[in-house]
Amino acid sequence: MAPVGARAGARAIAPLVPAVAAFSASFGVLARTAGLSGVASVVMSATTFAGSAQVAAVSILGAGGGVAAAVAAALLLNARYAAIGVSVGAHFRGGIVRRLVESQLIVDESWAVTVDRDGRIDRRALLGAGGTLWLAWVAGTAAGAFVSFGDPERLGLDGAFPALFLALLVPQLRSRLARLAAVCGGAIALALIPLVPAGVPVLAAAAACLIGWRRR
Amino acid sequence: MAAAVTAVWVAVVVIGLGTIALKGFGPVVLGGRSLPPAVARPLALLAPALLAALVVTQTLASGRHLVLDARLAGVGAAAVAIALRAPLVAVVLIAAVATAVVRLF
Repeated sequence: MAPVGARAGARAIAPLVPAVAAFSASFGVLARTAGLSGVASVVMSATTFAGSAQVAAVSILGAGGGVAAAVAAALLLNARYAAIGVSVGAHFRGGIVRRLVESQLIVDESWAVTVDRDGRIDRRALLGAGGTLWLAWVAGTAAGAFVSFGDPERLGLDGAFPALFLALLVPQLRSRLARLAAVCGGAIALALIPLVPAGVPVLAAAAACLIGWRRR
Repeated sequence: MAAAVTAVWVAVVVIGLGTIALKGFGPVVLGGRSLPPAVARPLALLAPALLAALVVTQTLASGRHLVLDARLAGVGAAAVAIALRAPLVAVVLIAAVATAVVRLF
């Protein structure tokens, strides 16, 4: 059952908060070694609020890759949020400013724990989940940017995130069409990993949903 | 090598604004209006397609290289835990522990 209401959304995301806080702390550490001030990394987490894009941008800056390369990588990685935003856009209410602000709480995890099998979300649940994640993300970044921690890979956190997405994928696979979309999406991403920059494989996998164009 | 301070801030601001626009586009343009069924039907399949792609890339990709490393063990352990109907927090924890343990060897 997809969660309904802000509290249910926050509860649904709760199991993930320690991993997200640890991930954002490791982003803070990485950002510091790449030359970002603590303030810059916290500002980035508060406004960009997208883990993989932030890590990619900061690693490129740290390696001397230049601003244009960092911006391009981050925005490619985040382009999937335009697709997700369109799919849930109709659920948002109120004026333009309110919709724009609330939409910033869309991230992979907050969307994945609140989306139901028909691709619908409860707006309040998404905001509860996204708001909880945002607090953990910004607090974790601050901790990592100003305090020293161990290496997140030694804690196995890089294996925890694909596991989370797998756990969220399984309940989505009830219909034959959904299973087909998952297989196509996974295959597209796998085939593209060696061929295109990071971010593009996941974005291109969105095309797999076109198999639902005419069929019910 | 550390990046120059102004370059860092330019990147932080441009990436921030770009991401805000990407996330906001759908809710700002569509807020309160529903999509025609011809568009809504394919979009309902976005979740399985993107989640599968995230599993694949976060397990096997390292930049533009396909690699088999400890993450695969973590996801394998998670798959067993999911099949046994373990709660989400246990699945995530088992995956992290399995990844960390396999990485030790």
